[in-house]
Amino acid sequence: MKFKATLENYMFVLPAVVIFSIFYVIPFIWVFQLGMFDWDGILPTKIFVGLENFKEIFLQDPSWWQAMRNAGYITLIALTFQNALAFLLALACDREIRLKNFYRVVFFIPPVLSEIVVGMAWRFIINDIDGANIINRTLMNLGLGNFAHNWLSDPKTALTTVALVHSWKGFGWGFLIFLAGLQTIPRELYESARVDGANAWQSFRKITIPLMVPVIVLVAILTILGTMQAFVLIIGLVGGELAGHTSVPVLRILASMRGSSRFGYACAQGITFGLVLVIISFIQYRFSKRARQI
Amino acid sequence: MKSTIYYKTKNIIVNSLIHLFLLSVAITCLYPLLWMVSSSLKTQEAIFKDVSFIPHQFHFGNYLRAWQEGGFGGNFLNSIIYSVCVVFGIVIISSMAAYAFSRFRFPGRNILFIMFMAAMMIPIPGSFVALYVLLNKLHLRNTPIGYILCMINVGLSTSIFLLKTFFDKMPKELEDAARIDGCSKIGIWRHVALPLAKPVLAVVVVFNALNVWNEYILALIIFDSRKYMPLQVALQTFQGEFVTNYPLLMAGLTITALPIIIVYLLMQKYIVKGVTAGAIVG
Repeated sequence: MKFKATLENYMFVLPAVVIFSIFYVIPFIWVFQLGMFDWDGILPTKIFVGLENFKEIFLQDPSWWQAMRNAGYITLIALTFQNALAFLLALACDREIRLKNFYRVVFFIPPVLSEIVVGMAWRFIINDIDGANIINRTLMNLGLGNFAHNWLSDPKTALTTVALVHSWKGFGWGFLIFLAGLQTIPRELYESARVDGANAWQSFRKITIPLMVPVIVLVAILTILGTMQAFVLIIGLVGGELAGHTSVPVLRILASMRGSSRFGYACAQGITFGLVLVIISFIQYRFSKRARQI
Repeated sequence: MKSTIYYKTKNIIVNSLIHLFLLSVAITCLYPLLWMVSSSLKTQEAIFKDVSFIPHQFHFGNYLRAWQEGGFGGNFLNSIIYSVCVVFGIVIISSMAAYAFSRFRFPGRNILFIMFMAAMMIPIPGSFVALYVLLNKLHLRNTPIGYILCMINVGLSTSIFLLKTFFDKMPKELEDAARIDGCSKIGIWRHVALPLAKPVLAVVVVFNALNVWNEYILALIIFDSRKYMPLQVALQTFQGEFVTNYPLLMAGLTITALPIIIVYLLMQKYIVKGVTAGAIVG
């Protein structure tokens, strides 16, 4: 009787466990296995190379590190510009203000759209043709025609353009979380601060900021993890890597797999990148613990 | 002592500045999308010359051409089928598992649950390479069922987490009453727990539907045949074939984006909940 009950309990989790084991656990293990092989993905023979793939990544693959730097640059802009904008907008909306709901709805439209749609729409707007290029047209109208150019094909501006479009797509998400955080701060705190003679800046500095530290850290962690791994937007915007200028790690992994048919190397790149992400989130976690103590 | 008029004017100025800031950002959000829609209604020549925001003539025929000649109708249907199947699968499988994790005691319960939660937090950026190999071995590559199973797996962890949190807080009295009346475990799950979980199921449904509709990378590596591709991947082939035909491409983008925007506007509450919950998980 007891055995039957236990069996029944397992039946409830069985479908989830089976799907999870096949489509998550097995690929997870295979990534580590394949990372030590040289394999083109088709031939039945895999050549064991040990840690050679990793050696190549660290010593002979400048394009990988270029991609890493690019992702770091996009992440830096997302952390500063995108999150600062999100925070300011959340502050502006955290009050009795007309059209508050309208703003909230509109700011979250870019985040719900797919990266492909956003990328292709922006590509059409800022790169493809002069007539529809809103940015260039505005510059010309302002008499700054000299500055008008192909933002996405110029190596100097391509990466920044990608980062800005990424911020356009992402700020609404940070805004929403910041706003949710701000709304948990009890109004009484602000009231009593005002009674005690604190001005707006002082209560912002002494109430809002300290209480928002955990939320800010959370958004920072998620921004880093999300932005480092973003790549679909770049496919939509420039159709992939623009001679390395807009390449990011996941695009390199995809290129190793599809472009040069080096499945083992692609997995090794995936492991290296995964480790970097784990280290980053660990540092952030430690940092957030200390920040909370302050 | 400063007069009330001083404070009132100050208030008005501050408020207008705030609105100016918010409005300019809102316009920056909407303008590219409206420009996309506007361009989808122009002709190819007009796109180069007619830079007005509202087209002089509305060419709704572009949509028909994208739908038929561009083959977008089939891909649209694929996206719908994948979204419905994946969401249905996730709702059944994850609610069963979450219910068991919340209510039943059995050996290995905690380990299994921790495994699902860990999957949400450990990033494996190269997993699609191994997934490709796996699907090849199972002869599921370039098949809709392979894609659907992969996508069910993608949504499982978060959905189980959301549902288990909900079940943990849900009072057990109704289930106890059903048990005394002789209802089986599966019957209680189906007729008592699931109906009570409707609010959180709505979050699970909307959140996952959005995810599947917008998914790109797995669809890219799994499908070779155009006839199986969902919209997101088909857009790329489309761009290749109709490289110069911008109105058709913009019509395709609009067709892809519109369902999401409509669902978002109708289901805002649930999406916002899903996003904030997802953030807390991470």
